Amino acid sequence: MAVTVPRPRLTWRERLYLPAIVAGLAITFKHFKNMLLGRTKVTMQYPEQKWDSSLPEHYRGAPALVRDEDGRVRCVACQLCEFICPPRAIKILPGEIPSTDRFAKVEKYPEQFDIDMIRCIFCGMCEEVCPEQAIYLRKDYAITGFTRAEMVHDKEKLLEIGGVMHGVVLKWNEKK
Amino acid sequence: MLGSPFFPQSAIRNPQSIMSPFLFWIFALLMLVFGAAVVVNRNPVASALSLVVSFLGLAALFMSLDAYFLGIIQVLVYAGAVMVLFLFIIMLLDLRAETRRRINWLATAGGIAVALVLLMQISFVVSRFQLARQTFPALPGSTIDDVRNVGALLFSNYNLPFQIVGVLVLVATIGVVLLSRREPR
Amino acid sequence: MDSFFIITSLLKIVGILFVVILPMVSYVVYAERRVSAFIQDRLGPNRVGPAGLFQPIADIFKLLLKEDFTPRAANTFYYWLAPCLAVMPAIITIAVVPFGSTLFGVPMVIADVNVGILFVFAIASLGVYGIVIGGWASNSKYPFLGGIRSSAQMLSYELSLGLSVIPVFMLVGNLRLTSVVRYQIEHGWFIAPFVGDWINPWKWLLTIPMIVSFLVFMIAMFAETNRLPFDLPEAEQELAGGYHTEYSSMKFALYFLGEYAAMITGSAVIVTLFFGGWHFPGIPDGSHGWIFGLINIAVFFTKVTIVILFFMWIRWTLPRFRYDQLMRLGWLFFFEIALVNIFLVAAILPYIPKV
Repeated sequence: MAVTVPRPRLTWRERLYLPAIVAGLAITFKHFKNMLLGRTKVTMQYPEQKWDSSLPEHYRGAPALVRDEDGRVRCVACQLCEFICPPRAIKILPGEIPSTDRFAKVEKYPEQFDIDMIRCIFCGMCEEVCPEQAIYLRKDYAITGFTRAEMVHDKEKLLEIGGVMHGVVLKWNEKK
Repeated sequence: MLGSPFFPQSAIRNPQSIMSPFLFWIFALLMLVFGAAVVVNRNPVASALSLVVSFLGLAALFMSLDAYFLGIIQVLVYAGAVMVLFLFIIMLLDLRAETRRRINWLATAGGIAVALVLLMQISFVVSRFQLARQTFPALPGSTIDDVRNVGALLFSNYNLPFQIVGVLVLVATIGVVLLSRREPR
Repeated sequence: MDSFFIITSLLKIVGILFVVILPMVSYVVYAERRVSAFIQDRLGPNRVGPAGLFQPIADIFKLLLKEDFTPRAANTFYYWLAPCLAVMPAIITIAVVPFGSTLFGVPMVIADVNVGILFVFAIASLGVYGIVIGGWASNSKYPFLGGIRSSAQMLSYELSLGLSVIPVFMLVGNLRLTSVVRYQIEHGWFIAPFVGDWINPWKWLLTIPMIVSFLVFMIAMFAETNRLPFDLPEAEQELAGGYHTEYSSMKFALYFLGEYAAMITGSAVIVTLFFGGWHFPGIPDGSHGWIFGLINIAVFFTKVTIVILFFMWIRWTLPRFRYDQLMRLGWLFFFEIALVNIFLVAAILPYIPKV
């Protein structure tokens, strides 16, 4: 059903437009003046000011591998994160831990662990699915590079970002 | 007005200067070449633009004769308004470039013959015309303010024709308003 | 004498074009971005150099380095010609505007012709060709619509533009722009003709038609320079940029340059006609020493800058008119107002003291 919206009847003052124009100019001038006087709150000036200090605890930045207090890479190359990763950004090549090692019962370690940061969507599923508390989303968000190859974080890079994680469960340290 | 302390007459322009023959030939050639281009061009927009350039050349000729008012009105009215209107209409009607037709040699020969006869006639008349042989004396310096002169002439010697033209234009305007008026539903 | 005239003219042309107009254009673009940002509670370009002051240089390099693309279906010759046609008139017009009194005895106007204001109108009216041809030669729908709109708009507003300044020249009795400035020095600026002759009631009465004349002239100038309340030829939201949709790189930059140069010359003409040109109360002209000559030039360009800022302020306040509204305004209001205004001034004129 077509509805005809009636046009409002304007008084002669409104039809003159000029008062409305002057009012509009006053509004824009107020904004201009406030900006000049520094009263307007504007966007954070990013490279100079950063929000690092005010990031929330649950912030999901770049995923990273962590070591525990013993300096052991916590990842056991179970590849759950590789399977769960929605954009398939993670690639793991498992390796066998030699029997002479203190943690020989762990059996596997990641020989290669690559996360393609072009693909990563920072969803945090890898962190959620990890049975070993080995992968965490840290607070790094400015991930840049000049080439695609640079954007693939390998194991060293991931460990560098991750660092040492304190207060995690150390189930492999117990003697069985 | 001219010899004021702000702008000494000499700094504005040398009123004794005559039309430079070099500039005359440049602008005359410009006019003729683009005048011919108006006819030769097959694309209506290109023709219209050539006509604009031709008008500009004509305006330059007027100006080099110290007739600034005439020259600038030529640009303002013809190049600036009438030709814009022409272009507007050409574009609105979406005229395509004309297709090249086969030349009708008989008609062409006739046209050239008529043009030649006309040219001969003009040169014959001009050569017999006594006044055309002598060079005109340079205009006195008082004609410099040609805007004032044109105005004064229009409102004194040619007042009646001016009024008549005014009435004619008014009639034309009213006619246009009447013709373009929307029919009441 | 002749060689002196030629050399000073050349110096003036080069000076005004390369020292004043072109840098002014680039910084007007920068100012436009900053002013628009401030009005909209943003910061605008503030990265390149201190407070973003080198942004224009970066812009120029960006535009120069971009790909210069010519659409295959475009009419190449006219496509290349059009941007030049858009720039030229805007720059030529400044020739007749007196931008200062005198400097070392040389009048600070490039060509003091006796048809001053007509010259401005005539050359400015040629500016439409750049837009129309650009729109037509692009061989594309939106630019074409932009060109068509532009031609009709320019024609309509030229009338009110011309009629609205007739009162000024009725008072001055001369079309020369330098005489206009001199008249205003002696009789008060046209925007406030009562200044200096406070008790004369006719001067106060004259103020009304002069302000009307100023308003109509300024609004028509908005339309002539395609500034925002009337920027229908480029109308970014409807026509995707209008006549310069298909243009890129330096050709687009030329259109940009032409638009802003037209704005500067338009402001210069407004300042000359209504705000006393280079005159400021209490500052003598250049015949009292070269320092005053320089101050006069500075005063003129300060006034021009203020008018340009006003142009921007208007642009970022008002929405665009619809096309039929634009035509209705031009033909049914401004034309009539300007016409009636002429009769008003003519009625007051006998009571105004003569020169």
